[in-house]
Amino acid sequence: MAELIAVRTGFVLRRPGLVLATLVLLLVLAWALAPGLFTHYDPLSGVPRQKLQAPSAAHLFGTDETGRDVFARVVHGAGLSLRAAVSAVLISLVAGSALGLIAGARGGWLDAVLMRFMDVLLAVPPILLSLALVTGLGFGTTKVAIAVGVANVANFARLMRAEVLRVRTGVYVEAARAGGVRWYGVLTRHILPNAAGPVLVLAVLTFGTAVLEISALSFLGYGAAPPTPEWGSLVAGGRSYLASAWWMTTLPGLVIAAVVLSANRISRALEGERHD
Amino acid sequence: MRSYALRRVLQAVVVLWAAFTLSFVILYLLPGDAVLAKLGGGDTATALTPEQIAQARAEYGLDDPWFVQYGKRLAGALHADFGRSIATGDSATHMVLTALPPTLAVAGLGLVLALLFGGGAALAGTYTRAKWLGNLLLSLPPLGISLPVFWVGLVLVQIFSFQLRVLPALGNNGPQSLILPAITLALPTGAVIGQVLAKSLRTQLAEPYIETVRAKGAGRGRVHFGHALRNAAIPVLTMVGVVAGQLLAGSVVTETVFSRDGVGRVTTAAVNAQDIPVVQAVIVLAAFFFVVINLAVDLIYPLLDPRVRCDPAVRVRKELVHG
Repeated sequence: MAELIAVRTGFVLRRPGLVLATLVLLLVLAWALAPGLFTHYDPLSGVPRQKLQAPSAAHLFGTDETGRDVFARVVHGAGLSLRAAVSAVLISLVAGSALGLIAGARGGWLDAVLMRFMDVLLAVPPILLSLALVTGLGFGTTKVAIAVGVANVANFARLMRAEVLRVRTGVYVEAARAGGVRWYGVLTRHILPNAAGPVLVLAVLTFGTAVLEISALSFLGYGAAPPTPEWGSLVAGGRSYLASAWWMTTLPGLVIAAVVLSANRISRALEGERHD
Repeated sequence: MRSYALRRVLQAVVVLWAAFTLSFVILYLLPGDAVLAKLGGGDTATALTPEQIAQARAEYGLDDPWFVQYGKRLAGALHADFGRSIATGDSATHMVLTALPPTLAVAGLGLVLALLFGGGAALAGTYTRAKWLGNLLLSLPPLGISLPVFWVGLVLVQIFSFQLRVLPALGNNGPQSLILPAITLALPTGAVIGQVLAKSLRTQLAEPYIETVRAKGAGRGRVHFGHALRNAAIPVLTMVGVVAGQLLAGSVVTETVFSRDGVGRVTTAAVNAQDIPVVQAVIVLAAFFFVVINLAVDLIYPLLDPRVRCDPAVRVRKELVHG
């Protein structure tokens, strides 16, 4: 046991970037769960006398044009932005995996039809596909999350199908079939657990992409209506004050970048683990 | 070769048809209502009589059953006619095509910069003997992918337009106004190219033929640029096909950031007004670019690499998904 812990600490110490990435994600998660612990400022109403103040000890990220604390808005916006990103990932993970699983396990014409359909989804750039969905569904954080989730379904379907095809020929799958396990038993108990690893790595990676895409759509104004704080719209709100108040765009944008970088770093570590 | 080319062209046509159908399903069958949006949105629309709304619907052919609408739209799309914009009444195709030149200018310059950034980082990062420098250069592409594009644009405006006052912040005036949007657009694209090239360079440098070239007395530069790069560049060519479509999509964000006119601005305005014909025209145009560029790449491919017989675009994207 002690040896195991020693190995683990060594593993962690050799990867300071990975530790930092985990800490960033944990901190942001804590912001989302209990924003009140991190700031006592109100994210929605400001003190007009304190408007457009540069970052200081009292206001870490400065204040905006109505005197609201920018840090408080970033902290309170974490809940909405993270929930949207997680929903988007869940949509693409569940729908994409199901489609990939069916295509890979059934094969034949169903496989061909599903995968051609996924190829079409890949032919339209994700952000344009999301924009089309937003046009059809309407505006709002949930709808943006659905739009981003659907736009990423094809990646999951492709990967899951490839994994299923790899696993399906395994001797243990053959043994389970010969032993009389029904098709759904083979699928859920033998194929799915062995195909899931790379798909979960992709899910972590997609979390980062989803944060980026959702914040881009929210920046364009398709997310939550103001004054609700959301990371992308916070950056957009600072656009009119670029020359006088750099902190209003730069600091919330840095938070988004840190979250995305962390998610990418962790997915890379998970992928490396699988190869070790 | 003839049958290979013919098959590729047929596939391209099928993808275009499928993209049209996909956008039709998303735009026409989902609940959003452009007519209500045009007539003034929520409150005023309820003040209109149902007859007035029905009349407006009939005017745009939105009261036909879906299969009649689909047939009409598809027949129109075959002649590059996507109907009239609900918001402005102009031809959707005309609106998108007139907005295209400034977008293409930024996208073209962006692609060149992306190749310079990505190619430079990957080549220098794998060539240098200083390990720290190599690590630094090769960590740039993953960083570039993680930055929000709209934020990079705004930070560049802050630095170069407001602090240093060397480049214009907004608008379409003159070639200087191209620089910042093109850099912004090139960053994520260059990052993808850099990642692919670095990975493929490392694979090539480990191949036995490199050993042979070294044994024959070739210097490091010759091995790297003369032999490894030539083979490593093939997957990058495929990537160029994939990212070119992304450049058009990226213009949606960059044109908003820099208040430039172009396809991106037309798109955001159309989404705001739920202007279905214009959004559909943009999506089919993006698919068209994707298909044409990939077709060109696919047809050049066998000339460069005679081993190629399967679909290279799909193969590289699969590799990307697998990391």
